[in-house]
Amino acid sequence: MGAKRINKSRRRFLKKSVVAGGTILATSGLKPFSVLIFAAKEPEDTLNPWYGIGIDIEKCIGCGMCAKSCKLENDVPQEPFYFRSWVEQYTIKNDGTIKVESPNGGIDGFSQSVPDNEIFKTFFVPKMCNQCAKSPCTQVCPVGATYESPEGIALVDEEYCIGCRYCIQACPYGCRYLHPEKKTVDKCTLCYHRITKGLKPACMETCPTGARIYGDLNDKDGELSLFLKKHNCQILKPHLNTGSKLYYNELSAEVR
Amino acid sequence: MEHLYEMLSRVDGYIYPNEIELHWGILIVLYPYITGLVAGAFILASLERVFKVKVLKPTYQLALLTALAFLIVAILPLVSHLGKPFRAYEIMTTPQSHSAMAIFGFVYLWYLMVVLLLEIWFDYRRDLVLWSEEKKGFWRRVYKILTLGVFDVSPKTVAWDEKLGYIVTVIGIPSAFLLHGYVGFIFGSVKANPWWSTVLMPVIFLFSAMVSGIALVMFLYMVVSWIRKVEIDMPCLDEVGKYLFYVLVFDFTLEALDQVHRIYEAEESFEILHMLVNGKLNITLFVLQGLLGTIIPLLTLGFFRIYKPKEKIRKTAYFIISLLILMGIFFMRWNVVIGGQLFSKSFLGFTSFKLGLIGGEGFLMAIFWMLLPFCILAFLLWLLPPWKKQEVS
Repeated sequence: MGAKRINKSRRRFLKKSVVAGGTILATSGLKPFSVLIFAAKEPEDTLNPWYGIGIDIEKCIGCGMCAKSCKLENDVPQEPFYFRSWVEQYTIKNDGTIKVESPNGGIDGFSQSVPDNEIFKTFFVPKMCNQCAKSPCTQVCPVGATYESPEGIALVDEEYCIGCRYCIQACPYGCRYLHPEKKTVDKCTLCYHRITKGLKPACMETCPTGARIYGDLNDKDGELSLFLKKHNCQILKPHLNTGSKLYYNELSAEVR
Repeated sequence: MEHLYEMLSRVDGYIYPNEIELHWGILIVLYPYITGLVAGAFILASLERVFKVKVLKPTYQLALLTALAFLIVAILPLVSHLGKPFRAYEIMTTPQSHSAMAIFGFVYLWYLMVVLLLEIWFDYRRDLVLWSEEKKGFWRRVYKILTLGVFDVSPKTVAWDEKLGYIVTVIGIPSAFLLHGYVGFIFGSVKANPWWSTVLMPVIFLFSAMVSGIALVMFLYMVVSWIRKVEIDMPCLDEVGKYLFYVLVFDFTLEALDQVHRIYEAEESFEILHMLVNGKLNITLFVLQGLLGTIIPLLTLGFFRIYKPKEKIRKTAYFIISLLILMGIFFMRWNVVIGGQLFSKSFLGFTSFKLGLIGGEGFLMAIFWMLLPFCILAFLLWLLPPWKKQEVS
């Protein structure tokens, strides 16, 4: 009797071990598939910078200097179809309808076409690459020409891009365009060539009101972290789960 | 650049500044269309080979060669559309595992090299040997090369050809499903675009591929018979019509389900999609794809299941229906690819699309890519005529 019981319990133990072992093996085997889900990685090394951007909508006056300086700094074509950064003017009318405008990306400034008595509220929203942590653009690039820098900035290798434009389709924020001469995709790099030298991105350098800040999200005492602490910030299209690192304070629900 | 300034004046509402230009034009409409024709033609061929629907025999080799001719061309519009076409090989040499488009390259190659070419080779090997003995000079050498040096036509070897061909076809069925399901996935997985982003997209693409492929073979079988001045095998044509009807029912149901689901959920994007469907896509969706390309063929083919009119009427009807379906599925691809780019991701406005006549992405270029597979097929039918194949005794 006793020997039988031992045998039974041994069999049970073996069964359980096999099941547990199998589960561990299957889980470890499945782990590589996570690469299929998200192209980008989380900041592994918290000692290195992990950049994000903050935009203080209350401070933006819609002067368009950010969009203008971006084009000049980064050789973005001057035609009104190509932007790494632009400004939108939102006007919510008393009847609830929304009017959005961005003539030439806001470079030439704005004029209000809605009569004052019809306006419920109006504000400016600067737009640029959201530098997503789970960037859909990086995910879809078939050759890896769009990649993420160690600092969490999505970049395009123009020597490698094949110009398929899948990344343009995948970006929910309309932040990419095909360069008309180079025939490769271009986008905001957060002025990578400047920030790696300790300079500010061009749009932030020229913003007269300091409405734009960028910084290291790992630095909890940094300017961006303080901005995030002080304000109730939101990102664009949060339901898409792109891991956007472009934070707006006082973002109105009408903004998309 | 002038055309962009012109488009700028035709923008309705608010769109993001980078969205004025449509990035995927008619060449990207052709890419899923042609790929779909391949998958559909192959699936029709496998009905005879694997599921032993013997009545379809007259269309078997024709379907296979059609699939090959269109598969050779399928990738060319895609490559010619690239900003840097000479870098296209990078998709194969340095692919990104997390990109749907990168994996498509391998799915395509697998389908071309492992499935289609192998199946056709096993199917024709014996005939290639016999034809190489009949011909003289250059063509004798060509047929000899095509045999790949296997000249054994003993019954035992031919039986092996048959067995191996069968195995390849069995592998080919899921491969054909994969091929076009994957094309659907390329669109369906773009979460930024609510017109594309649906899990049903790969399935819808697959069924519409089957519909278009079967319609193409039906059309070609009638045309080839007419050119060769031979009688059309009516039981075969009726059988093709029967399968076309069944698949069309599935396709219609799935697409309707997708739209009903959208309407019922009425998410954030609903209003802009509603405007898109009732505005810019009005004619291409409701008239060309829906009424002419789906409803009329569906009703006619359904009617033929109940009542069979005279042969002559049926032939004419099948001919018109196959053309209508081919047009309908083309506009289905059009509505997906072009339609998905007409509205802004801000959901607040529309851009427009104007198809140019000339240029790398113009109408004439599209016609060229569409005619090329028919020319390749004509050559293949001349090189490997199914009607000259001899029955194995």
